[in-house]
Amino acid sequence: MEMVKTEQTVIGIESRKKTQQNIEAPEREVKGKEKKSREMFAAENGLKGDPRLEAISEAIRVVPHFPKPGIMFQDITTLLLNHKTFKDTVDIFVDRYRDMGISVVAGIEARGFMFGPPIALAIGAKFVPLRKPRKLPGEVISQPYVLEYGKDCLEMHVGAVQPGERVVIIDDLVATGGTLSAAIKLIERVGGEVVECACVIGLPEVKGQQRLNGKPLYILVEPRLIDHCC
Amino acid sequence: MSACKEDDPRIHGIKSKIRVVPDFPKTGIMFQDITTLLLEPKSFKDTIDLFVERYKEKNISVVAGIEARGFIFGSPIALAIGAKFVPLRKPGKLPADVIKQDYTLEYGNDCLEMHVGAVESGERALVVDDLIATGGTLCAAMSLLERAGAEVVECACVIELPDLKGRERLQGKPLYVLVESH
Repeated sequence: MEMVKTEQTVIGIESRKKTQQNIEAPEREVKGKEKKSREMFAAENGLKGDPRLEAISEAIRVVPHFPKPGIMFQDITTLLLNHKTFKDTVDIFVDRYRDMGISVVAGIEARGFMFGPPIALAIGAKFVPLRKPRKLPGEVISQPYVLEYGKDCLEMHVGAVQPGERVVIIDDLVATGGTLSAAIKLIERVGGEVVECACVIGLPEVKGQQRLNGKPLYILVEPRLIDHCC
Repeated sequence: MSACKEDDPRIHGIKSKIRVVPDFPKTGIMFQDITTLLLEPKSFKDTIDLFVERYKEKNISVVAGIEARGFIFGSPIALAIGAKFVPLRKPGKLPADVIKQDYTLEYGNDCLEMHVGAVESGERALVVDDLIATGGTLCAAMSLLERAGAEVVECACVIELPDLKGRERLQGKPLYVLVESH
């Protein structure tokens, strides 16, 4: 993978609040119940104190200086090695989306392919892979997007999503939101409705935004700075 | 051995949902496109169920999925049978220490990687991909798991292209597929 093509653009080590401290957020002025239900992080959005969230956070390995110096890479492969925690991750998303009339789960290549399909299967939705260029055979639509250095492109099959379908987009992590924004555009270009974008991890860039291209974000945990164990 | 259990009605449904795309990625290749199967929730579920039924009582602790379409099938299988999921990836994608296995393609080489420590010695493993053609990628995958001390119990694919004789390249390891395409 070329270094430029990464969503993880957190530079350096900075002090940041842990998820628990962000629960102070509801102490801000809340304009009625609806705004509260739109909080981005799961801990503020119905799952306050849920022990599964802490286990999920702890199961993610932090790899310093990957793919380049200064980036603390949030590695979800260690979460996948822990069956209970992987299952809990999927279950949290399934519980949220099963009664929302979602007919499409779109997963962003490639780590979105690990979380998206089990969610789709559990809620009875189609799974639509959103891929790097030239991977999907047959007719596709393409959406270019800008990276920190350079550009990339996301593709979706023509006909995969029908007008009016309700869609959830899944990826392992959201940083700047560039890839997710491209995914949203692909779905909307064919007339799909993006109900929410869901990620296991959300980097600080998205905090305070609440939405991406006007679409809600739902995130389980924040990144950790470093591993406390070996 | 393939699953082609004519008496299992799910197989015919699955086969009918796979789209063949001519001349992709290059002229002469009839590409087996499983994305159309993923658009049919019942058929996608049937696909996973067939594998889960086969493996759930076999004490499999690792499902290794080959990037990227192997992730789509391997991850739900792992969850359903209580196993860990291990992604086997193209070079440079996995962030921590890896072991690498080179393999030959029709023209040139490629390489598959697995995280050190993902698999422990003595674990029973399944390798999952959407399709087996020449068997080169599956062989590389098996090597990685065996080098880490795991026992590869079986390779599982949705589709086999028997004319390419990939089965023979697996050096006696069992292969289980749902559909064949000639």
